[in-house]
Amino acid sequence: MYHLGRYFLMLKTLFSVPSKWTILWRRVISELEIIGISSLFIVGLMSLFMGGVIALNTAYQLTTPLLPDYTVGYITQQSTFLEFSPTVMSLILAGKVGSNIASEIGTMRVTEQIDALEIMGVNSLNYLVLPKIIAAMLFFPILIICSMALSLIGGWLALQVSGLINTEVYVMGIRSFFDPFHITYALIKAVCFAFLIVSVSSYYGYYVRGGSLDVGKASTQAIVTSSVVILMSNFILTKLLLF
Amino acid sequence: MIEVQNIDKSFADLQILHDITTIFEKGKVNLIIGQSGQGKSVLAKCMVGLHEVDSGHVVYDGKDFTSMNRNERSLIRQQIGMLFQGSALFDSMNVEENVGFPLTMFTNKSSAEIKKRVDFCLERVNLSGKNALLPSECSGGMQKRIGIARAISMNPKYLFCDEPNSGLDPKTAILIDGLIQDITKEYNMTTVVITHDMNSVIEIGENVIFIYEGKKWWQGDKKSIITTENPEITDFVYASEFMKEIRQNIQNTRT
Ligand SMILES: Nc1ncnc2c1ncn2[C@@H]1O[C@H](COP(=O)(O)OP(=O)(O)OP(=O)(O)O)[C@@H](O)[C@H]1O
Ligand SMILES: [Mg+2]
Repeated sequence: MYHLGRYFLMLKTLFSVPSKWTILWRRVISELEIIGISSLFIVGLMSLFMGGVIALNTAYQLTTPLLPDYTVGYITQQSTFLEFSPTVMSLILAGKVGSNIASEIGTMRVTEQIDALEIMGVNSLNYLVLPKIIAAMLFFPILIICSMALSLIGGWLALQVSGLINTEVYVMGIRSFFDPFHITYALIKAVCFAFLIVSVSSYYGYYVRGGSLDVGKASTQAIVTSSVVILMSNFILTKLLLF
Repeated sequence: MIEVQNIDKSFADLQILHDITTIFEKGKVNLIIGQSGQGKSVLAKCMVGLHEVDSGHVVYDGKDFTSMNRNERSLIRQQIGMLFQGSALFDSMNVEENVGFPLTMFTNKSSAEIKKRVDFCLERVNLSGKNALLPSECSGGMQKRIGIARAISMNPKYLFCDEPNSGLDPKTAILIDGLIQDITKEYNMTTVVITHDMNSVIEIGENVIFIYEGKKWWQGDKKSIITTENPEITDFVYASEFMKEIRQNIQNTRT
């Protein structure tokens, strides 16, 4: 309860008008690179393999002749768009981006760099955290789109390598029952998760007390809490958006 | 001038500062001295609002800082320069960006003007031409000096230095002391320096406040600190055997 109250107070201080827009803008650009671009590779790699596994698993379970072969493509598309890309990728990003943010901000706290900002009259939360939130909310959707595409490609590759289903049937499966709302739905989730990951990890970093050992603990806490928060809000969002 | 009125400060159950009242004068180097762990840094942080005081007031030139809100404080803070005990340089920025940071944040100067001011400040701390180094590539003493350059880059009215010359060789320490004294006089600043270096006390101590167990134990100038008979102070001033001997000799020649 104490954490929750302090978290909302933090958000209040965080969302104030920056003293100079040009500085905010410059910070957002550099955060885009740190948070976004550097995550592309890991997200791409994971998505390829994930798509492959989904496709193989589905093909393995569909031994009954009653279902047409293109079901494999359809199910791979559905699971990727609805759950795997937005949620699983966000969990991975919570690990990578979250621990990075918590340890960066935590180190600044214990080495008095945050005090130094405050003493100059800078709103340190606004200066440090807001650009990260903006950058993540802008870039997560892009990451998720890449993840979707690569996951489908991964599925195709896996099926080709194992020679189970040919390309036309797989693509037909992907295209049948395609609902553009599912993309919107995934992107809404991505934006929400981006906000949660960055704000929760920043919270743990910002309120660290002590030394470098405590920074390590804070960064672990940041990953654990943001993962739990992602899964809980995933449930709420799914309920709200699909039903 | 900064007035400190009846400040108390506790962490959890532990009271660190007890009812401290004093005045830090304008145009003078005011020293806070005392042994390690007596609350010197906490006092400085209370004065600038990094710690909230439990009771009491801090008044900057007649303006009560304690009762101000965040935005009003921010305006006072733009006139404060502070050197932290651990330097607290921003590791992601190079020397030039560190020193110029307050200028980019709060002024509309062009980057050429900022560069000029940064070069000037770096020259004052004998670090000309080190603009492109990262803090991690600088020695501890250099980091201290960069911290001072950053603290003075905005031409502050109030300058706080937490142990500006600990960890420096005697020659550089004297240079830093001299620098702090010079800029204090030149710009008529209110300067507060925390130190446990007796050399600095002798060099620049015009108004010395001795903190003991979180209380203001004694206040005076550098001459009276040498002659005072207060046992806690003589303990501090004449800590080493060598100094004790000197003191004994002085007393012997007097009698
Ligand atoms: N944030 C904090 N939380 C709890 N206790 C603290 C905190 N900061 C300082 N203290 C305690 O306050 C006391 C005074 O610390 P302070 O840093 O002011 O000492 P100091 O006089 O500056 O010593 P030094 O010369 O070694 O820097 C210490 O006992 C320290 O443990
Ligand atoms: Mg100290």
